[in-house]
Amino acid sequence: MSTYDRISTILVDRLGVAQDDISPEATFEELDLDSLDLVEFALGAEEEFGVRIGDEEAEGLRTVGDAVALLETKGVGAATA
Amino acid sequence: MTAAQRDVAVTGLGLVTPAGIGVDASWAGVLAGTGTAATDPSLDGVPVDMSCRVPGFDAEQLLGRKASRRLDRFVQLALVAAAEAVTDAGLDPATWDGARVGVVMGCGMGGAATWEQQHARMLDSGPTKVSPLLIPMLVPNMVAGHLAIELGALGPNLVTATACASGATAIGVARDLLRAGAADVVLTGGTEAGLTPLSIAGFAQMGALSRRTSDPPSASRPFDADRDGFVAAEAAGVLVLERDADATARGARVRARVSGYGASADAHHITAPDPDGAGAARAMRTAIADAGLAPDDIVHVNAHGTSTPLNDVAEARTVRAVVGDEVSITSTKGVTGHALGAAGAIEAAFTVLTVEHGLVPPTANLDSCDPEVDVDVVAKAPREQAVPAAMSNSFGFGGQNAVLVVTAA
Repeated sequence: MSTYDRISTILVDRLGVAQDDISPEATFEELDLDSLDLVEFALGAEEEFGVRIGDEEAEGLRTVGDAVALLETKGVGAATA
Repeated sequence: MTAAQRDVAVTGLGLVTPAGIGVDASWAGVLAGTGTAATDPSLDGVPVDMSCRVPGFDAEQLLGRKASRRLDRFVQLALVAAAEAVTDAGLDPATWDGARVGVVMGCGMGGAATWEQQHARMLDSGPTKVSPLLIPMLVPNMVAGHLAIELGALGPNLVTATACASGATAIGVARDLLRAGAADVVLTGGTEAGLTPLSIAGFAQMGALSRRTSDPPSASRPFDADRDGFVAAEAAGVLVLERDADATARGARVRARVSGYGASADAHHITAPDPDGAGAARAMRTAIADAGLAPDDIVHVNAHGTSTPLNDVAEARTVRAVVGDEVSITSTKGVTGHALGAAGAIEAAFTVLTVEHGLVPPTANLDSCDPEVDVDVVAKAPREQAVPAAMSNSFGFGGQNAVLVVTAA
């Protein structure tokens, strides 16, 4: 499963986002996710990918694509694609 | 005080109870008089593994996916009950003057399930894995906050905590806000969803719960000689209250009136009722006088009636001492179990329905009345009775008593 798909699963299962609303360009704001949700999302991503995401990094995420890019800079993706 | 100044109108009701989702289903369930307790798989391994749950409550279907994930169940139940109550009252949150709409809800425990889940997460994975939603999901006041957000209710907004009297206390406080002119409409009631292993273990350790786990539907048996404790329940109940003149002016249907409220403290023991019933009696007398009535005007009592050995005898004795032996008494907890902070609210709603329809629900499982209970307990089948004035009793651990007097419209 791709990093994007795994992120989508976190958004759907943990944060209650509708699958159909998710796209790489979708902003967290459009998905009705606030700063608390972003911290919760980061916790889910840490658990899923075994990486550490700082609060500032989480707060800097604007789109789903940003989250994919952040995780790929942490070495996620190549090994898991 | 004139009747117009004193009484507030009940113009809307919403119920989510173990007897069903919605006022009609819940009322039909308590009239049927069958216990709703069942073995609860989520309590597997707890010495008392039964409870009264709301049947078929699908939060995702009723409230959407996000609310189903992000709100604790005690808030979810209340949102559904409040939506029904507002619709029933014929009010439209899109057009009302939100600054004049208050919310006063009772809750004993708050988000117990969220607390336990996140505590487990912390023990498993460490404190940095605790959800940032923990606090906003669990604090009890959040139910009033969510109702405000959902409905645009911008007036006074609070949650009362008087344990098992919380829902009745909330209605009394709401009534006071209306009398004081602090709001024109108040959504009030109670909610509870504390059916978790830790809280049920705690109640079991107190000796408060029925151990009749081999036959759950018969476990909650208020006033019965063989009762041995209560069955914990989840529920929410919401009433829409308005000053009589306002309700009349907008042509609202008035289901009944909240005419009296009495509150008192036993100052006796943390959990046991005062055996003399002095605190409970004071709350009843205060509520009756507050309604401008005499004790013999009360013809029906929806009892606290928990099915614990101590409560039911003490309550029956106190009711008899205050309003005499010609009143009919019922405990709807035989059907619903004990919904703790929601109990006073759903029972106030059942009392409204009793007054409105002239129909007293039976006390479930009353096979052989305790000989020490020397009052007229309605059993087996609903009783037709004209009820111009009724009393709804609620008593909380901590010795906190709240009594409401409901009168016919």
